Amino acid sequence: MVKNRVGDEAILKGEEITLSFGGISALMGVNFSVKKGEVFSIIGPNGAGKSSLYNVINGFYHPQRGRVIFKGQEITHMKPYEIARLGIARSFQNIELFKHMSVLENMMLGRHIHIKYGLFSSMLYFGPGRKEEVIHRKRVEDIIDFLEIEHIRKKQVGTLSYGLQKRVEMARALCLEPEILLLDEPMAGMNLEETEDMCRFIVDVNTEWGMTVLLIEHDMGVVMDMSDRLMVLDFGESIAEGTPEEVQKNEKVATAYLGDSDGVFLGR
Amino acid sequence: MEHVAQSLISGIVVGSIYALVALGFVLIYKSTAVINFAQGELLMFGAYICLTLVTVMKLPFIVSFVVTLLAAAMLGFLLERLFLRPMIGEPIISVIMLTIGLASLMQGFIHVIWGSDTMVFPAIFSQEPLRFAGIAISQVYVYSVAAAVICLLLFNLYFRFSSSGIAMRAVANDQQAAQAMGISISKIFAIAWAIAAIVAGIGGILIGNINGVNTSLSSFGLKVFPAVILGGLDSIPGAILGGFIIGILEALSGIYLDPLFEGGTKEVVPFIVLVIILMIKPYGLFGTEEIEKI
Ligand SMILES: Nc1ncnc2c1ncn2[C@@H]1O[C@H](COP(=O)(O)OP(=O)(O)O)[C@@H](O)[C@H]1O
Ligand SMILES: [Mg+2]
Repeated sequence: MVKNRVGDEAILKGEEITLSFGGISALMGVNFSVKKGEVFSIIGPNGAGKSSLYNVINGFYHPQRGRVIFKGQEITHMKPYEIARLGIARSFQNIELFKHMSVLENMMLGRHIHIKYGLFSSMLYFGPGRKEEVIHRKRVEDIIDFLEIEHIRKKQVGTLSYGLQKRVEMARALCLEPEILLLDEPMAGMNLEETEDMCRFIVDVNTEWGMTVLLIEHDMGVVMDMSDRLMVLDFGESIAEGTPEEVQKNEKVATAYLGDSDGVFLGR
Repeated sequence: MEHVAQSLISGIVVGSIYALVALGFVLIYKSTAVINFAQGELLMFGAYICLTLVTVMKLPFIVSFVVTLLAAAMLGFLLERLFLRPMIGEPIISVIMLTIGLASLMQGFIHVIWGSDTMVFPAIFSQEPLRFAGIAISQVYVYSVAAAVICLLLFNLYFRFSSSGIAMRAVANDQQAAQAMGISISKIFAIAWAIAAIVAGIGGILIGNINGVNTSLSSFGLKVFPAVILGGLDSIPGAILGGFIIGILEALSGIYLDPLFEGGTKEVVPFIVLVIILMIKPYGLFGTEEIEKI
């Protein structure tokens, strides 16, 4: 890996993010900072607040306190569609695809924010609308090649295996051409081969396309291997942030996890 | 025989109007999960506005038609903005009560402004009937079916090829994902209401030209239920087909059942069909079994 791909500037920052649902605190004063071009992982046991943090970042949830800052701009209270248009795309822990549509249609919807043509040019199927459509198709085809999903491009998404659906969801997110990609357990429920493929794709979008990737993942081997830096969430609190080496040496992390369930979080 | 053919034709005409109104209903249901009980009032609104433009303002019919559709779109936008949007996240039953309230409100307004007498459009189409294979069909019927079918085709193209039509399908499919793709769901909701009001308005103008305009037109809104439940609440092709089937069933019951029961059966038959459908195929002919949870 070429390490100088990571810049010094923070592309995404969270400051004192606090979120609760009724009496349940999902996030308590969480701070983090993601640098442009890095793979930044978020780990922690189930219910720690990882997915909630994604929902705060992309505007599904608005925190009671704290701020989210993307490229110097505060986005804490923006709507999800506005945040998507700014350049933050995501996948979901429980796949959220348009399952009655084909893979291609799902991906073209990922192009939605880039499509400028209106009703008529697209209906007539020539002129500027046609030309635009060709450009979008090209982008989509590039991503299809990249993620090796040529063979299923016309298939209805609902009929695909779980592993392939996860891959299509990532493909659709890439179609937005985002600056940051948020992946929520992209390898959960996959077999070994699928997991290896997915790791390779993530490394490639990061190194070849220079995309900043946030990753929620339970497989510690994968996380320690792929991440430039990571953050550990525990019951809604960030207990550590740093490089894999730093986090592994962290006292708090050691006492929180090593004691009872060693091996689950640290090392393989 | 000629009599049967005539009835069938009027069944198809009325069915095409049910289909239009049902299209609007399903559109709102699919993209916003709201069951709109005011669909019949939207139809009535269209009929009265167009009638007023033609008879009072003396505008040419085509101009009145276009202005009415613009007014209908505005009304749809406004209803969504003022009444429905604040209800997002409220229990379904509250939203249903709201649309029932809106229906009464619009009924009341229309009653106050236009009274309860039946008003008629001046003859816009030539009174000379057209003859097909020896069967006389009045021109207004032909134009109505043609207009309805053209509308249905246009909206089909809109959903398939326009970016907002495709976005609307995405919202109906998965709201969260749609938002994450940069689609503004409040914009889509507003468009859905505007289109529903437009298609209902077209239906109102067509039926107003055939039957005259009075407040009983809102009963068309009720006939939408058998149509959409037959087709499947969340299926646009199903709603269109359901509309035609209900229209034709009404006509047939008028011919074959009315003599047995001394009339009035066509008011009942659609609802008997509705009950039977609910018992044997609760999701309709084309509805998805697990209706998308939104
Ligand atoms: N929409 C919601 N309503 C109520 N509680 C929620 C909601 N979303 C998340 N939570 C709660 O927030 C906590 C964190 O959940 P989550 O972010 O999904 O954890 P993780 O992704 O780390 O497993 C859990 O206690 C969960 O029950
Ligand atoms: Mg989660």
